[in-house]
Amino acid sequence: MNYMPKIDRRSFLVGTAAVGGGLSLGFAVPFGGDTALAQSGTPELNAWVVVRPDDTVVIRIARAEMGQGSQTGLAQLVAEELECDWSKVTTEIPTPGENVARKRVWGNFNSSGSRAIRESQEYVRKGGAVAREMLLQAAANQWSVPVSELAVAKGVITHKASNRSTTYGKVAEAAAKLEPPADVKLKDPKDWTIIGKPLKRLDTADKVTGKQKYSIDFTMPGMLCAAMKECPVFGGKIKSFDAAKITNMPGVKKVVQSGDAAVAVVADTWWQAKTALAALPIEWDEGPNAKASTASIAEWLKGGLDAEEAFVGNKSGDAKDAISKAVKKVEAVYAYPYQNHATMEPMNATALYTADKCEVWTSSQNAEAAFGATVQTSGLPANKCEVYNTLLGGGFGRRTRSDYVIHAVRVAKSMAGTPIKLINSREDDMTNGVYHPITQCKLTGAFDKDNNLTGMHMRISGQSILAYARPEAMEGGKDPATFQGLNPGGAEGAFGYSIPNLLIDHAMRNPHVPPWFWRGVNNNQNAIYLECFMDELAHAAGQDPLEFRRKLMTKHPKHLAVLNAVAEKVGWDKPAPQGMYRGLAQHMGYGSYVAAAAEISVTGGNKVKIHRIVAATDCGHAVNPAQIERQIAGSFVYGLSALFYGECTVKDGRIEQTNFDTYNSMRINEMPKVEVTIVPSGGFWGGVGEPTIFVAAPAVLNAFFAATGKRIRSFPLKNHNISFA
Amino acid sequence: MAALSVNGTTHQVNVDPDTPLLWVLRETIGLTGTKYGCGIAQCGACTVHVDGIAMRSCSVPLSAVDGRKITTIEGLAQNGVLHKVQQAWLENDVPQCGYCQCGMIMAVAALLKDKPKPTDADIDANISNICRCGTFQQVRTAIHAAASA
Repeated sequence: MNYMPKIDRRSFLVGTAAVGGGLSLGFAVPFGGDTALAQSGTPELNAWVVVRPDDTVVIRIARAEMGQGSQTGLAQLVAEELECDWSKVTTEIPTPGENVARKRVWGNFNSSGSRAIRESQEYVRKGGAVAREMLLQAAANQWSVPVSELAVAKGVITHKASNRSTTYGKVAEAAAKLEPPADVKLKDPKDWTIIGKPLKRLDTADKVTGKQKYSIDFTMPGMLCAAMKECPVFGGKIKSFDAAKITNMPGVKKVVQSGDAAVAVVADTWWQAKTALAALPIEWDEGPNAKASTASIAEWLKGGLDAEEAFVGNKSGDAKDAISKAVKKVEAVYAYPYQNHATMEPMNATALYTADKCEVWTSSQNAEAAFGATVQTSGLPANKCEVYNTLLGGGFGRRTRSDYVIHAVRVAKSMAGTPIKLINSREDDMTNGVYHPITQCKLTGAFDKDNNLTGMHMRISGQSILAYARPEAMEGGKDPATFQGLNPGGAEGAFGYSIPNLLIDHAMRNPHVPPWFWRGVNNNQNAIYLECFMDELAHAAGQDPLEFRRKLMTKHPKHLAVLNAVAEKVGWDKPAPQGMYRGLAQHMGYGSYVAAAAEISVTGGNKVKIHRIVAATDCGHAVNPAQIERQIAGSFVYGLSALFYGECTVKDGRIEQTNFDTYNSMRINEMPKVEVTIVPSGGFWGGVGEPTIFVAAPAVLNAFFAATGKRIRSFPLKNHNISFA
Repeated sequence: MAALSVNGTTHQVNVDPDTPLLWVLRETIGLTGTKYGCGIAQCGACTVHVDGIAMRSCSVPLSAVDGRKITTIEGLAQNGVLHKVQQAWLENDVPQCGYCQCGMIMAVAALLKDKPKPTDADIDANISNICRCGTFQQVRTAIHAAASA
C-alpha cells in the first residue's frame, strides 16, 4: 500500500479526496531533505497526484489558499503536465507533519509574498509530468508496445496502431509500482492548454452554500471554547487577575494564563467565554511603552528624515552633490500609518493536547510555521505533533504569524485531553495584532537649468518588519525588505527609473507597535512615496507625468511596457472626459511589473468618485487570467480601503481602533470599475496576489492632484476630510 | 427555553436569552454557515433572514426572535436546488476566500425579494457588507445575473 497522508482525521475534511484504492505518485522536489531521500534509495511514492480507479485525479496542494486562487492555479500547473481531464480534478491539502516525516517532499507550504505559484511552479509541473510518464509506461507495459507509440489526452491513453485505448484510472495501480523517471521534459508554453486559461476556481461550490468549513467552524466531541485578552500595551504583562469573580458564570470551566501577557477564559461556548472574560478583573503591568502615542512615534520618525546614519538600498553617482548644485530643488515629506489586516475570519485555532500527541486545527498561511509553533509550545517531539490546515477566511500576511496557535496550544496543554477552540474577538484582532509598518519619507529632487532630473534622494525613516519578524534575514543591521521596488536591479523588485545621481536610504526607527507583512508590504508606501513624488517632479518641470516618466524609463522596458499599456487603455493622449481627472503610477514587486491609471472626479474639493481604474500586469506567465483579474480588482479594494480609511492610531501605548466602526473598509458603493490588461511577456514567473495593490493609491492620489491641485502626503485621506463621493 | 424555527425546523434551545442569534445558530444548533466577523452589525457576515427580512444576527438577541422564522444560508436552497443568487455566485465565480459570502448572498437574496430588478443605485444603497478580498465587481455582476435569471 502506498503511503498516504492522514488528512481527514476526526472528521475534519480538509480536502475532497477519500484515500484508498488508487495510485499515488511520488516526486522529490529539489530540496536538501529530498537529496537524502533519493540517496536512501527508498522507492518513495506520492506527493502531488493521486489517480483513483474512477479516473478522478486528486492533486495535493501544499500552499495555503486564502482566496487568492493559487489552489486552482497550482492544480492547473500539475494538470497541464499530467494531461488529465480537468473536469475530474479535485484537490486536497497535505499536512506539515507528513511533510516533515517525508523530508519535505511537498517543499514550502508558505503562501506569502505572492510566492505560491511562482516559487513552486517548476516542481509541481514536474510532479505532473512524472505522473504522466509512469501512467503511459504502465499502459505500454500492459500492451507490450513502446511508450513512444502512445498518445494521451484528457486522461485517455491510446495506441493508434492497434486501435486500443485505456484510461488513467485503469492503469493507475500498475503505474504506482513503477520507478519514477529520473528526469522529465516540461511542455513548451506554446503547447499549454490548461495553463493560461480563465478556468473557474475549484473551491466555489461549498462557499455559496455554507458548507465550507473554516477553522473557526471546526468542532469535535468534548470541545470547549476560549476567549483571550492580551495586555493592550505591547510589551506589557499581566500583574494579576481575579478568576474567582467569574468561575460561577454560565459555562465557565477554567481561567488560564497564556505566557506573561495574556489570559484566557475557557467555557462551554465561545459566547460564554467572551462574556465571562469581559467580567474578569485584570490588572496590567503596562511596561515601558504606556506613554507612547501616534504623535510621539511621528516625532521620533521625523528625526530620521535628516539623520546622519542610514542604511543604503540603492545608490548611483552622488545624489547629495547633485542636489547641492541643483538649479531647481523639489522637496516633499510623506508619511504612512499603521494598519490592521482585518481578515474577515478572526484568528483562531483548536488544539488537543495529550501526553503523547498534540494536534491543531487552524487556518495558516504557512502550515509549517504553525507546526513549528505547535512542536515548540507543546514540548513534544515533531513526530507527535500535527497541524491540519484548511481554507483561510482571509490572510493578507496576518496568518503567516502563529501567535494564535501558540496560545491555543498553551491553553490546551493546561487542560490535557480536552480540545480547546480559541477565537480572537474582532476587538482582540484589531488591538493585539501586528501592523503594517509605520514610516515617513523625505524626497528631494534636483533639476539642471534645462529641467533635466539630475539627482534624487529618497530617505525613508521608520520601521523594519524583518527586525521584528525575521531578524535572521537582516543583513548587517539593514532590512533589505525596506527597499522593495527600489532595488538597483534583480528579478524581485527593481527600481524602474534611471537617475544619474540617486540615493535611497533608510534610517531605522522601530517603535514598540509590532510590524508585520501586510498585503503588498513595504511596496505600499514605497510606491506612494516614489510615484507621487515623480508626479511632483513632472509638475515642477512643467512636463506631462507620462512623458516625464518615459524619459527616465528607456532602460527599463518592462516597467515602461505596463505603464504604456495603461496609458493607452485610459486614453492618456486624449483629454479626459469633462469633469474627469487622471493619474498614473507604475511599480515592480514580487517579480511582476504593474501599472495603473485612475480616472476620478472630485466634488466640493473633497468628495472623490473613482470612475475607473485601468490596471496592467506583466507577471511573465499568466496561469489563470480570470483569477488574475479578480486578484487585481480585489487588491484595489484592499489598497483603496487603506488609502481612504486605514489607520491604527496609538494612545497610551495601545491601538485605539477596535472594530470596523472605527477602522472602516470599502463597500460596494465605493467600488470603482476596474479594467484589467494582462500583458504576460513570458520567460519568467511573477506574483499576482499582491503586486497591483501598490499602484492603486498613487494613481488615485495623482488624479486627485490633477483635479484639485492639492498634494496629499499623509494618510489615510479621512484625516484630510476627503471621502468617497 | 426558547423555541427557535430555523430553516423549517423548530429547535428548543436552553441558553441565556441575551445570547446573540449568531452564536445560538453557530454553537447551539451547529449551523456554521453564518459567520462571525465583527459582532457589532458592521460587516454583515452574519446576515440571516428573520421572517424574510435580512438581519445581522450578531446583534439580534435570542429573546427577540422567539417564535419567528429564521432562514440561514443552509436553508436558502430549496429541495436541493440552489437559490438563484447562489447559482449566479457559482456561475460568476464570485467568492475569493469566501468567508463573507454567505452573509453577502443572504443580503442579496433579501434585496431581490424586495427589488427583483435592482439598479446599480439600488445595489449601492442596500448592500453594505464588507468583503476584505474585494469581490465587489463580481458581486455586482452576479446580482444582475441573478436578477435576470
